[in-house]
Amino acid sequence: MSAEVIGNHRVNHPDGHDRAESALAHHFENLEQQREAGTLGMWVFLVTEIMFFGGLFMAYIVYRTWYPAAFAEASHHLDVRLGGVNTVVLIVSSLTMALAVYSIQVGARRSTMIYLALTLALGLVFLGIKFIEYKHKFEDGLIPGAGFKFEGPYYADAQMFFTLYFTMTGLHALHMIIGVGILLVLIALVWRGKFSPEYHAPVELSGLYWHFVDIIWMFLFPLLYLVGTHLS
Amino acid sequence: MQEITTPNTHHAPAAHPSVIHKMPRVHYLNANYGWRSWLFTVDHKRIGILYLVSITFYFVLGGIYATLIRLELATPQGDLLKAETYNKFFTQHGIIMVFFFLIPSIPAVLGNFLIPIMIGARDVAFPKLNLASWYIFNLGGFFMLYAVINGGVDTGWTFYTPYSSQFALGNVAPAALGIFIAGFSSILTGLNFIVTIHAMRAPGMTWFRLPLFVWALYATAIIQILGTPVIAITLAAVGLERLLHLGIFDPAYGGDPVLFQHLFWFYSHPAVYIMVLPAMGVVSELVANMTRKRIFGYTFVAFASIAIAVFGFMVWGHHMFVSGQGMYAGMIFSFLSFALSIPSAIKVFNWTATLYKGSISYDTPMLYAFGFVGLFTIGGLTGLFLAAMGLDVHVTDTYFVIAHFHYIMVGGALMAYLGGLHFWWPKLAGRMYPEGWGRLSALIVFVGFNLTFFPQFLLGYAGMPRRYHAYPEEYQVLNVMSSAGASILAVGLAFPIIYLIWSMRYGPVASANPWGAIGLEWTTSSPPPTENFDHSPVVTWEAYGFRPLEESEVVGQMTPDDRPA
Repeated sequence: MSAEVIGNHRVNHPDGHDRAESALAHHFENLEQQREAGTLGMWVFLVTEIMFFGGLFMAYIVYRTWYPAAFAEASHHLDVRLGGVNTVVLIVSSLTMALAVYSIQVGARRSTMIYLALTLALGLVFLGIKFIEYKHKFEDGLIPGAGFKFEGPYYADAQMFFTLYFTMTGLHALHMIIGVGILLVLIALVWRGKFSPEYHAPVELSGLYWHFVDIIWMFLFPLLYLVGTHLS
Repeated sequence: MQEITTPNTHHAPAAHPSVIHKMPRVHYLNANYGWRSWLFTVDHKRIGILYLVSITFYFVLGGIYATLIRLELATPQGDLLKAETYNKFFTQHGIIMVFFFLIPSIPAVLGNFLIPIMIGARDVAFPKLNLASWYIFNLGGFFMLYAVINGGVDTGWTFYTPYSSQFALGNVAPAALGIFIAGFSSILTGLNFIVTIHAMRAPGMTWFRLPLFVWALYATAIIQILGTPVIAITLAAVGLERLLHLGIFDPAYGGDPVLFQHLFWFYSHPAVYIMVLPAMGVVSELVANMTRKRIFGYTFVAFASIAIAVFGFMVWGHHMFVSGQGMYAGMIFSFLSFALSIPSAIKVFNWTATLYKGSISYDTPMLYAFGFVGLFTIGGLTGLFLAAMGLDVHVTDTYFVIAHFHYIMVGGALMAYLGGLHFWWPKLAGRMYPEGWGRLSALIVFVGFNLTFFPQFLLGYAGMPRRYHAYPEEYQVLNVMSSAGASILAVGLAFPIIYLIWSMRYGPVASANPWGAIGLEWTTSSPPPTENFDHSPVVTWEAYGFRPLEESEVVGQMTPDDRPA
């Protein structure tokens, strides 16, 4: 670590270097190695996540190929406006997350806090809208199972669409909830001044996770909400 | 670094009563005491031991089921167990042995213990995650045991839908949940190894100086991180279907039960390589170190591991030749399965080529390595029978399949695990196991194993289907042979459990390098200190750079090599 390069920021954080030193785990040679390991670990974790969602995407591909008309019909029962709003919400939250990572890199603790809080708020907005959507589906009797109500010839296959809809968006929402939890922890840690320009890997890695969850939604939205417009 | 007290104890490591070795005063086993120091440890070596205890428990449990299965099959009538009970027992045998013994066996025990030492690191990249993986594994085991105690599962370890999702009587959800959870421990182990091997290697430890065991576990980790999430989500879908009626595989919703088979085997075929790739890694170490030769074609063996990991993902359809898969898909899967035998064959040929003009030791680890090579070859070649579409139709769901995969999983993975356990036991426990008992057990295991499973090839070819508790009388002779073999095998497997535990207290103290082997793990004390090395090692020699025996007696085995590579 060269104190000269980061000299500007040491003004804001007189004890920044010590904090960075204490953040070095015993089994690493230096912070650089620790950061490298953490980053690679996060990317590998995201690969496993892709495979985790991949099973469901595979099921989606198979059934959509088999029942394109039923999927188009069922897709019309989703609320494109709410889904669209949620898409925008998540894109903006990715921006605020990226800004939070940038802020901590340059040692701006206050703006890091603000951007993290904004990301948290946007994540909660997403989950709120998702809850409203689920509630509508419940009221419309679109929950797969005995009480499923769907008019027209596609009764069975439309259930498959909604099965996939609930499984995939549900799994995504679960990841969002975990993300919200991570943000809460991050905010507390930034508040207590745990991070510095030398040591901020947790913020960066949480950012990676957050972007990943957003990207999953970028695939879910067109596949589930827009497929009706595309196919019919 | 460590002083080498006996440069050449190669041929009779434990039989030199004249040489008294001393244990280091402080090592990882006595660095601190008390259950807290074990249950909250982040030391990769202790976590390896924790895993060893857990999987030995599951191994014994799975072995008890196997014993009951073989007892039932000693007579043609279903007299010992009811059909329903029998179904549960073979299911639980399979689930326990596959998910709770074989998959974690070599990676989680030997891998955890050895990889950081082999690459010259103080620990794995994420020690806390490593400990978490052990807890996650046991949590998964808890749910699986709950399913067993609560009445048992009878779907077969494959959980095929729609039987598992709609018709099986109960406990599918807790058993699936157990596997789901245990899967994450496998993922975390794989993730840890990939990052550790990338980021934690000691100065000078380049990729092509890595021991082949490390290459093999790297390849295994690739499968663990890419495959395991898929079975996790698949079993989660089965669970959701049972609990919430969200039927992704339910024909009533237009779902396809065969899709389950695709997703299941997308993991479960590569899972075979999770079991056998580490075994190959162990055998590479054993063959090189017990013949005192650099492995023949090091780079080929290394890349064969990676090739198996990658191409292993492209052959799952050979489990589904009779499941209503398209003919052309079947042909492609068949062809790719044949192609996949090439990297495996490369390894077998390179091991045998390494033996040529080597100074071969016949100590216990090498006996297991010999066993592995022979049995894996038989298992692999019968795998080609099964990859041929026409022949596969004849032997599908017969004992031929059972024999084939036991040759790979028991004859291959278990033999290598035992060989590795004996080879690294002095490092792990700081004491030698009794060599005579070791050789005797290896021999008993080999004989018992072949007597158990070779008759099953014949039974299967003659048409005896798997998964029945009763059979026509004409199959009895071979079944009695198989059951007799199983009892011999059980004796051979019980011995090591007993004498290894015995040796922890009474075995002769091991030197730092009792085999005269090459590798960083042999440069540190036995047992190693908590941080593995007194000084961070710098590697200046190639893997398996053996000196001629006479020369090494003069200069010592592990004196860093000053010869040109």
